[in-house]
Amino acid sequence: MHEMGIAQQLVQIALAAIPDDIENPKVEKLNLRIGKLASVVEHSLTFCLEIITKDTPLENTVLSIDVVPVRVHCKTCDNEWEVKDSVFKCPFCEDGDVEMLTGREIEITSLELTD
Amino acid sequence: MEINIQKRVLEANDTEADINRKFFKELNVFVLNMMSSPGSGKTELLCKTLGRLMPDVSVGVIVGDICTTNDADRLEVTGAKVTQINTDQFGGDCHLAAPLIISSAKKLGCEDLDLLIVENIGNLVCPAEFDIGEDARAVVLSVTEGEDKPLKYPLMFRVADIAILNKIDLLPYLDFDAGLAVDNMKLVHPQLPVFEISAKTEEGFEPWLEWLKIKVFEKTGR
Repeated sequence: MHEMGIAQQLVQIALAAIPDDIENPKVEKLNLRIGKLASVVEHSLTFCLEIITKDTPLENTVLSIDVVPVRVHCKTCDNEWEVKDSVFKCPFCEDGDVEMLTGREIEITSLELTD
Repeated sequence: MEINIQKRVLEANDTEADINRKFFKELNVFVLNMMSSPGSGKTELLCKTLGRLMPDVSVGVIVGDICTTNDADRLEVTGAKVTQINTDQFGGDCHLAAPLIISSAKKLGCEDLDLLIVENIGNLVCPAEFDIGEDARAVVLSVTEGEDKPLKYPLMFRVADIAILNKIDLLPYLDFDAGLAVDNMKLVHPQLPVFEISAKTEEGFEPWLEWLKIKVFEKTGR
């Protein structure tokens, strides 16, 4: 249940990004990129955010999550592919020397303020 | 109005982890982050490992649990320096984050250590996400768990540098297929070294101890 820690960091980053000159700001949406391999449960994250954003500009904000697929690169045969079912062995050359390109992201890309 | 941010959410933890890494590098101490599900036998494995390494290798342990000092009490008997983190005061966190590690390491006193082992909180999910500034990560799986755990928790086995299959003394009494468990680890992480051992009988201990001693030597030069 590390979603609470992630929610706390999200709130900190989002609040710091709101320009000071906006009066009574209200964040209606947080746009996130979350890798498929990152162990983040959307329902838990939403629940944690609900709890900690009461009476803040982020109260009732909606999460929009762009799920990033797990893509890897084989250092031996230089192929790239999307990993499914947790199998990281190269399907082209059967080698195991692979590096992850995407799939571990936990990023905030932008926030949307009510006009 | 949309405000562009583009920031990693765990950046604050990663920054602290880099500070930890620098701190441990200056002290020439090798840091091993040991992770597993609850009950895999980490503490017993450490008790036996410390018994074999000390006093040639000077070892300290940071133990993470939500509650109790039971593990620290068991480890202190070995003569190692031990400190316990209980996360119930931080809301019962299920992992150790980087800031907690440096404060505990300073409390422990790492100046005379060759090896610092962090026994993370029993959990195959959250600890995999949090860099604590370690040099290597070990994941422990015991034969009383399922062979498919690596496929169910791929990130943990992906980020690990080594895996330990523990409690092999129980294999004659179980339907557990050790070969299948190792194959599943290798599907997730084909180059993962796997040590099959029994913390109880110390069967298979030599390759694991050898790996650890080489890593400590590479970092400390001692």
